[in-house]
Amino acid sequence: MRNRFADTFYELGKADPRLCVVVADISPAGSIAKFRNEFPHRFINTGVSEQIMIGMTAGMAQRGLKPFAYTIATFTLYRPFEMVRDDLCYQNLPVTIVGVGGGVNYSTLGATHHAQEDVAIASAIPNLSVIAPCEPSEVEAATRWCALQERGPVYLRLGKAGEPDLSKAAPDPWIFGTLRRLRVGSDVCILSYGPIMKRAFALAQRFEAAGKSTTIVSVHTLKPLDCDGLARILQTYAQVVIIEECAPNGSLAMRVKELAWNANATCRIDTFTLKDAFIHCYGSHDDILDAHGLAVRDLSAHLGLQ
Amino acid sequence: MDARVARLNSFDVDAAQRRCLRYRRRILDISQQVGALHIAPAFSCTEITDVLYNSLMRQEANGAYHDVFLMSKGHGCMVQYVILEEQGVLSREDLDAYCKPNGRLGAHPDYETPGIAASTGSLGHGLGIATGQAYAEKLKASDVLIYCLLSDGEFQEGSTWEAMMMAANLKLDNLIAFMDFNDFGGLERMSDGHPAFYPLVPKAESFGWEAVEVDGHDELAMQEAVLSRRGGRPMLVVCRTVKGKGISFMENVAIWHYRSPNKEEYQQGLKELAAAAR
Repeated sequence: MRNRFADTFYELGKADPRLCVVVADISPAGSIAKFRNEFPHRFINTGVSEQIMIGMTAGMAQRGLKPFAYTIATFTLYRPFEMVRDDLCYQNLPVTIVGVGGGVNYSTLGATHHAQEDVAIASAIPNLSVIAPCEPSEVEAATRWCALQERGPVYLRLGKAGEPDLSKAAPDPWIFGTLRRLRVGSDVCILSYGPIMKRAFALAQRFEAAGKSTTIVSVHTLKPLDCDGLARILQTYAQVVIIEECAPNGSLAMRVKELAWNANATCRIDTFTLKDAFIHCYGSHDDILDAHGLAVRDLSAHLGLQ
Repeated sequence: MDARVARLNSFDVDAAQRRCLRYRRRILDISQQVGALHIAPAFSCTEITDVLYNSLMRQEANGAYHDVFLMSKGHGCMVQYVILEEQGVLSREDLDAYCKPNGRLGAHPDYETPGIAASTGSLGHGLGIATGQAYAEKLKASDVLIYCLLSDGEFQEGSTWEAMMMAANLKLDNLIAFMDFNDFGGLERMSDGHPAFYPLVPKAESFGWEAVEVDGHDELAMQEAVLSRRGGRPMLVVCRTVKGKGISFMENVAIWHYRSPNKEEYQQGLKELAAAAR
C-alpha cells in the first residue's frame, strides 16, 4: 500500500505543483524519495515534531497549496490531535493526513505504535473524511481522490506493504463514500475495510463451503458512511458479518448495529473487532490480529463454520 | 534620509494614540452587552495590533491587505474586531451581535469570518499555521509577509517551540511574530510562577530567530524594530506590555483576564480613557 501511495502521489505531484508532502522523520518509501529528489521544496521533513507537521499543512492549505501530512498512523492522529481537530477540521481545510500502518500493523513495536482506535477517533471529528483502502488499487483510487478534492480534511489510513490485490474481480469501481462490492453472493454479506480484508476472503471461502453464497463489501469510506447502502444490505441478506481492525467503541460494527436498529433489520449480525484492550503481544501482524481473537479459525468457530 | 527613517518620521503618533483610545472605549462599551470577554488581554496588545493594521501591513490599491495578520492569541481578538469594524471589514451589527446567538463573532476568532486568517483560541496553534502560510508564500515566490501575534503564555506550549525550530530551519524571513509579553497567564505572573521562562530574546535567538525586545505600547519602537531587521531568518519582536493597559484598576490584575466590568467600573474606565485623551 505504501508503495502504491508513493507511486500515485509522485505521478499526481508531477502534474500539480500545489501538491506537497510534509513528513515527521519517516523515511520516504519508494517514489516519495523520487518526489523528494525532483521537488525538494515540496517535500518537508519537520523532524520528530508532529504538531508542526499538522499545523504547517493547515497554513499551507490556507495559502493555496494541497499538502499531505505523512507519518506512522499513531503519530498523525494521536500526538497532534488538537492540531488535527482545530487547525484542519475546524477550519475545514483540504489536507490529507496519511497514516501509515493503521490498526495494529506495526505488530512488533507495541501499543505505542498501534493505531487500534484510529478509525473510531478520526470518525468522531466533524468535517474529517475517513478512508481505509483494503489493497493497493484502492489506495491508488483513494489517493487520486484526495489529491483532487476540495471538500475538507481526510484521514487516509494505509497498511504497510505486501497486501494482496483483492479487487481484480470486483464488480464495482472505487467511489468515495460508496460501498464497493469486491465479490457478489446472495446469502451472507461480509463488511470489512483495510488490510484485514484478506480474512474476509478466507471467511467467505468457508461460508461458500457451507453452501452459503457470500458477498464481500469494502467499506473503504468510513466517513461519510454509506448509510443507505448499508441499510439496503441489512434488508437484503439473511446474515451480515463485520470484520474490522479497530477497537469496538466507535467501530463500524457499532455503526452498523445502530443502522440495523433504525432500519428494523431482521438479519443475523456478527461483529468481530479488535479487543478493547492493550495486548502485550509481539509477532507478525497476523499474530497480533489472532491474539485479538480475529483468527479465521476462531471467527469460523463462532459462526458455526468448518 | 533613508526610506525607513522617512516612514518612521511620517508616522502620526498622536493619531495612533487616538485610535487606540477609541478601540479601548469601544471594547468597554461592548463589555456592557455581554457577560464575559477578554478585556485585559486585548488592551495589552492594542498598540501592537494597531501598528500592524495601520502601518506595517501593506495594502493593495483596493484597500485589501497584501500582508497577512494571524491573531494566534485568539483571546485578544476584541481589539482585532474593533479595528476591522473601523475599517469597514466587519459591520457595527457584527460587533453589536458579539457572542449573541444571531451573530458571527465569538470570544475567539473564526476562520472565514471577514478579516480573520485562522481559527484560534486554543493556544500554541497560531505560529505553526503561520509557519505553513509563510512557507507557502515562499513556494509561490511571493513577497507577502505573515505577521503573527502570540501571547507570552503561548510560548509555554511545546508546539510553539516546534514552530520556532521549523520556521528557522526553513529560513522564513517572511514570518514576523510579535509576543505580547504582559507577564501574566490566566492565573499568575509568569515571572513568579515560571522563572525558567526567561530570558526571552536569547531563547529565540538560540532557536535561529532574529529577536528584539521593545515597549509594546510604543508603536514607533515596534515599527523601527521590524523595519530595521537584518533579515534572512524569521523575526520575533518581544513586546513588553501591561495587561489591562489604560485602565488603572485592570492593569496587572489577573482577574481581568476574564472579567467584564460592572456599571461603576465601566464608568470609571470611561473616565480614565477620557482623561488620557485630553
